[in-house]
Amino acid sequence: MISATLIQAAEGDANPLFPNPWEALVALIGFVVLLFVVIKWIWPAFEKAYQNRVEAIEGGLNQAEQAKAEAEALKAEYEQNLADARAEASRMREEARAEGAQIVAEHKEKAAAEAARITEQAQQHIVAERTAAAASLRADVGSLATQLASRIVGEALEDDARSQRVVDRFLEDLDAEQAGAAQ
Amino acid sequence: MAEWGTGFGKNMLMALLAVFVISWFFMWAIRKQALVPSRTQFIAESAYGFVRHTLGRDILGEKHFKPWVPFLFAIFFFVLVNNLFGAVPGLQMPTFSHAGPAYAMALIVWFAWVVLGFKLHGGKFIKLVTVPSGVPKFLLPLLVPIEFLSNFVIRPLTHSLRLMAVMLAGHIIVMLAGSGAEFMITQQEGLGSTGLGVLILIGSIPLYFLELIMMVLQAFVFALLTAIYIQGSIEAEAH
Repeated sequence: MISATLIQAAEGDANPLFPNPWEALVALIGFVVLLFVVIKWIWPAFEKAYQNRVEAIEGGLNQAEQAKAEAEALKAEYEQNLADARAEASRMREEARAEGAQIVAEHKEKAAAEAARITEQAQQHIVAERTAAAASLRADVGSLATQLASRIVGEALEDDARSQRVVDRFLEDLDAEQAGAAQ
Repeated sequence: MAEWGTGFGKNMLMALLAVFVISWFFMWAIRKQALVPSRTQFIAESAYGFVRHTLGRDILGEKHFKPWVPFLFAIFFFVLVNNLFGAVPGLQMPTFSHAGPAYAMALIVWFAWVVLGFKLHGGKFIKLVTVPSGVPKFLLPLLVPIEFLSNFVIRPLTHSLRLMAVMLAGHIIVMLAGSGAEFMITQQEGLGSTGLGVLILIGSIPLYFLELIMMVLQAFVFALLTAIYIQGSIEAEAH
């Protein structure tokens, strides 16, 4: 179990500080071989893997950044469009309101003119009627007076009271006729 | 097992086995280079990231660490796996409990440090390393030899012996506990010594885990010092 080193160190015929040159040489060569392998294959592979990962992560971040910027641009555009549309709608509403007001004003004017025309016509009509009535009245008064006189004369002799009644009735008739003509 | 100083032994086999294990594991783990890693790839990437960030970037600085990542990676895992062989039943011996491999590793690091220093600063490197700045002139004759010895001679020795001594001590403790328990139980008569053997056996279990911590810690310390030395070379002017 006890190694050769220990035995010899204990026996004093070998110093553990004194190297075995062959072991030193093998360790040296072994290390050089290992260093070669590390430089040639292991180191580049690890650095490459590391670099790839860094790029993948940074690429992903950049992509996300880009997508975010695009989304924001799109959103701004939509908002602009929306604002434009709102302004357009508001403008159209305003126009329609103005147009409506104009139409109403025109109609009012027209209606007023029509009403004035109708009133005018009616007045003319009334004047014409009145003129006609006055003319006809004037023509009738003579004949009526003649009738009344003949009736008074016919009945006067019989009764003063009756003649009085006839005069009253005639006047009433006349009144009624006058009223009918006025309506 | 090969005799001391002769032939091709267990120690050398383990060093080569470590090379194979590290190469195979990491190449196999990263073979897909998946963006969403599997569990194995995640573990391998975490280990790689530990070396890259804790040993590389934090010590060498953002500007210089990249080219040194494979070197630190190889150092750290070569030492770690070789240390952990001490905790593997059947192998049960850290490669660096022998002085030879430890010297070899420290020599490689020392060589990298010196070469890099001269490459970056030329002949001025010696002056930068040995002449401390802000020291009174009359002290320099005393300080320069000390700095020279400390940086060029003692530093690689301490770098390697720290690792070797800790690994050897742990190895000895575990072996001693194991063989002691065996001896007490099988070779000695009487209930008392058998009981003592069992106690030693139980006591060796926490020692085993303590050793496990030491193995990982020493690998980290060795790689950390490597990074610090390299950094000292890169920024020699600031020291």
